[in-house]
Amino acid sequence: MDLIARSITHSYGGMVVLDDVSLTVRSGEIVAILGPSGCGKSTFLRILGGLEKPRGGRVFTQGEPPAKTLNPLTYVFQDFALIPWMSVEQNVMLPLEHHPMADAERRARVASALQRVNLTEFAAVYPRQLSGGMKQRASIARALAVEPAILLMDEPLSALDAQTRDLLMDDLIRLWNETRFTAVYVTHNLAEAVRLGHRVVVLSRRPGRIRDIVEIDLPHDQRAESSPDVIRAREILWSLIREEAITADREISDAG
Amino acid sequence: MPDNQAGGATPGAEVEVPFRASGFAPTRVPFVAGATFAAVLALWWISTKAGWVSEFALPRPDEVLSSFVEIASNGTLVKHLGASLQRLLIGWTLGALVGCAVGFGVGLSSLARSSALPLVSAIFPIPKIALLPLFILWLGIGEISKVATIAFGVFSPMVIATFGGVDSVDRGLIRMAQSFGVPYWTIVRRIVLPGAMPAILSGTRISASIAIILLTAAEMIGAQYGIGAMVLASGNLMQTDHLIAGVLVLSAMGFAVSQIIGMFERRLLRWR
Repeated sequence: MDLIARSITHSYGGMVVLDDVSLTVRSGEIVAILGPSGCGKSTFLRILGGLEKPRGGRVFTQGEPPAKTLNPLTYVFQDFALIPWMSVEQNVMLPLEHHPMADAERRARVASALQRVNLTEFAAVYPRQLSGGMKQRASIARALAVEPAILLMDEPLSALDAQTRDLLMDDLIRLWNETRFTAVYVTHNLAEAVRLGHRVVVLSRRPGRIRDIVEIDLPHDQRAESSPDVIRAREILWSLIREEAITADREISDAG
Repeated sequence: MPDNQAGGATPGAEVEVPFRASGFAPTRVPFVAGATFAAVLALWWISTKAGWVSEFALPRPDEVLSSFVEIASNGTLVKHLGASLQRLLIGWTLGALVGCAVGFGVGLSSLARSSALPLVSAIFPIPKIALLPLFILWLGIGEISKVATIAFGVFSPMVIATFGGVDSVDRGLIRMAQSFGVPYWTIVRRIVLPGAMPAILSGTRISASIAIILLTAAEMIGAQYGIGAMVLASGNLMQTDHLIAGVLVLSAMGFAVSQIIGMFERRLLRWR
């Protein structure tokens, strides 16, 4: 299933946060959206999955989702959004409950999702007992359980420490190689975008516009830090976002 | 730091850094609670025994105890306590259920918020006991007017606690559920209700103590049976021993209610 955004424009009050953003995400690719804080990239992601209504423009999907898909557009949130009074297993089960299916299948989906993120032995644990990395893996398991056609990931690693971030990045790459899911991955972290994205969309600061789209035509396992292609991609991206980052850093926050 | 190449040793004697972060962390010391009660009882007993306080104003603890045993054994206590508990239970349950329902309405629907919330805010500051005479005129002097006063008094704090709880539920969790297509009422049941539960339970605590105050006041205004009526009658007959026994029963009642709520809190909020 492809995801197509046409001329998305959005504003809060009088402030334009997205200005005429158009993007097509092809089935099976990971599109990283890179931009400084306040460029409207998270807003764009919320618009893509129907969690926010844009002032202008529309979002379409094209093609049928896979047969097992229960929720074609599925989010992974930065703050995990795990329900504190439900165990890991119950959290993963929640989005399956309202779908008519045999209890055994529901259980099987939960078990397989937990197994894919290596959380099987923590099924009965409450979120507060988990580390940040395990929380995000639980939330990824919840997303996997509905067999999404397109994953919408909103800075999924930003709330984690550097080492955990590396481990989870490896997990994401492994999962992608297993299932070749389609994903939009929003981040302000250049390294993450280069590591994961097949295309990196660079957004400018307010109003958010597409500055450039950088293709990284390299399999994930050939993206070593020292690889010349990776270094080049980083340099191109850094030159695109450097000035924006400096301006962003000097600005007094009014958007929160 | 012996490995530090940059700095040399500073001359002078070593001075230990003193610990400064003490205090401001009270804990519970064992047996002090019991000792405090014993001390108060002893002071009470000594001051009445020695005649510092007239026996008419404050009877001796053992007299209070014997009058408690008397009313407990001759069935007086059961009769009064039974009447009180029944009013408390019916009145509180009624007020709390309706209050919770309205609180959810105010928390979830714009229409209910715009219509019911101003009304509840207007009702809230009225001392509900002032409405008892009106309820007596409407509903008669019997049980219904007392139960209605209690229910009414419980209603508005329950509404306010519940809708505050509903408002405080993490919107991120609700958006998450919506992003997975979870139906509205499932979200209310599985996310909003448990998320609001801490606030609802603290509202339960507040409204239960309001209910006991209203119960006693209503029984003092017009009731044949009930702990409030018993306390008032003992006062009129200058039976201070009975009076104090009644007050202690009220204290025990409040304590028991708060223990029960505490039990629910531990059970329902285990995830915290």
